[in-house]
Amino acid sequence: MDLKELYKDVIVDHNRSPRNFRKIPDATRIQEGFNPLCGDKLTVYLKLDGERISDLSFEGSGCAISVASASLMSERLKGKTVMEAQQLFDRMHALLTREGMDSDPESLGKLAVLSGVREYPSRVKCATLCWHTLKNVLEHPGNPPVSTE
Amino acid sequence: MNARHDRNPLLMPDFDAPHWRRDFPILQQQVHGKPLVYLDNAATSQKPQAVIAAVAGYYEKLNANVHRGVHQLSELATAAYEGAREKLRRFVNAASLKEIIFVRGATEAINLVAQSYGRGRFQGGDEIILSEMEHHSNIVPWQLLHEQMGAVLKIVPITDAGELEPGAYEKLFTSRTRLVALAHVSNALGSINPVKKMIVHAHQHGVPVLLDGAQAVPHLPVDVRDLDCDFYAFSGHKMFGPTGIGVLYAKEALLAEMPPYQGGGDMIRTVRFTGSTWNELPHKFEAGTPNIAGSIGLGAAVDYLESIGMLSIQNYEQALLEYGTQRLQTVKNLRLVGTARHKAGVLSFVMEGIHPHDIGTIVDQEGVAIRTGHHCAMPVMEHFRIPATARASLAFYNTREDIDALVQALEKVREVFR
Repeated sequence: MDLKELYKDVIVDHNRSPRNFRKIPDATRIQEGFNPLCGDKLTVYLKLDGERISDLSFEGSGCAISVASASLMSERLKGKTVMEAQQLFDRMHALLTREGMDSDPESLGKLAVLSGVREYPSRVKCATLCWHTLKNVLEHPGNPPVSTE
Repeated sequence: MNARHDRNPLLMPDFDAPHWRRDFPILQQQVHGKPLVYLDNAATSQKPQAVIAAVAGYYEKLNANVHRGVHQLSELATAAYEGAREKLRRFVNAASLKEIIFVRGATEAINLVAQSYGRGRFQGGDEIILSEMEHHSNIVPWQLLHEQMGAVLKIVPITDAGELEPGAYEKLFTSRTRLVALAHVSNALGSINPVKKMIVHAHQHGVPVLLDGAQAVPHLPVDVRDLDCDFYAFSGHKMFGPTGIGVLYAKEALLAEMPPYQGGGDMIRTVRFTGSTWNELPHKFEAGTPNIAGSIGLGAAVDYLESIGMLSIQNYEQALLEYGTQRLQTVKNLRLVGTARHKAGVLSFVMEGIHPHDIGTIVDQEGVAIRTGHHCAMPVMEHFRIPATARASLAFYNTREDIDALVQALEKVREVFR
């Protein structure tokens, strides 16, 4: 498989200049995620306005795949509802782990570039870390850090 | 063992690595359509045909339980198993076969010492000296001991070159010091510690020393009597033998006093419900049917290494390390992590703005296998304030061309992230 399928321009770009890479001082919820296999660590900051995600950001250190995934996630979900975020988690989880599971990949937009990780089993967790962290903070605020192991 | 390293980078010793490489069937294959360049030897080494044949031969011709039967196969299997023990004894120059305990690997060897030697003997507040560069397998067993009986861990810090901080070790000794547990060679940094000197110092305080030799035994001559260490732990799979087999060397006087680590068959002399008595050394520490095939395979690995010569291997790998160090320094924005004066063949590095995990995936596409991550040495990563490194680790079957392939693959990495 061509490396360009994994390291698409969008991923390289979001790794170089991650969007929403910052703290939210008045975050409603904060959650840490950790991938012990490679040492990727990230913190997701979430600000809720009722059921709406009024701000979403992250910080941490990780590989290009994990940083780009978190950056794309934050960009996509700002302004969306908690319900929409949960639905997107399910679709992303399927996209990153199972081939042909999304009926409408077009509507995923830029997020679809992450599908290349399916071909690299050891890298799937890099892409899913931020999504698991987000799901956890949405469903169980105040939990211990999420681990992908 | 004498860890001397008179390096002359211009002189490659007379050593026919390509010849030895042909003994390793796995190294003949292609990965992603490219010839495999295996540079992950610190994680595990590949196995020569002689080892593979010894393991297969055992199952084809000898398989029977050991120390039990009067039938011919059992006697042959026992002879082969005990023959392997003799090979290991000779290889590390132990005084007696009683001092060679077969275990699953270095990890189990260290756990055995922690539980059998430490747990019954140490008291709350007793101190164990470790270093900041230890593999998790030489940290966590002692932390368990801390939880079980309050042993206190004292840590020798490392410098930014990856050497033990000068003078720090000696200062850690107190009247409560009970054990020193130290890596002979660091898996994450390659540093070779001045263990002989450190053992002399510990013994002056009446303190025994355990060496984690997992990264030393495959790469340099080890003589436990010359070192005068009290315990020496190593793994078979890192020295071209099978997985699931390793050795704990311990001085006989210590083993004689230590209680069994596990109970079961083979480790007993008599069993009654009113109480049992233990078998003699080394069997007291080998409960249950052992890894017979693994031991025989490890014995074959020892034969193989001796046919090459550990000193030749050490000299060749030193020259290859020197070459690798020079070549990697030509890669833009690459920084070596671990630049100790005395090093084994480990090249840990980071590249500015590129995560090691991405480096690993991209060089793999070029057929180059390296390790990326924390190398089971998180405190080392913490020291250097990095989440992970990429690590190329050498064996005697590696060549300059392997290093060149790595350097070329790293240029690919830079291209992807341009």
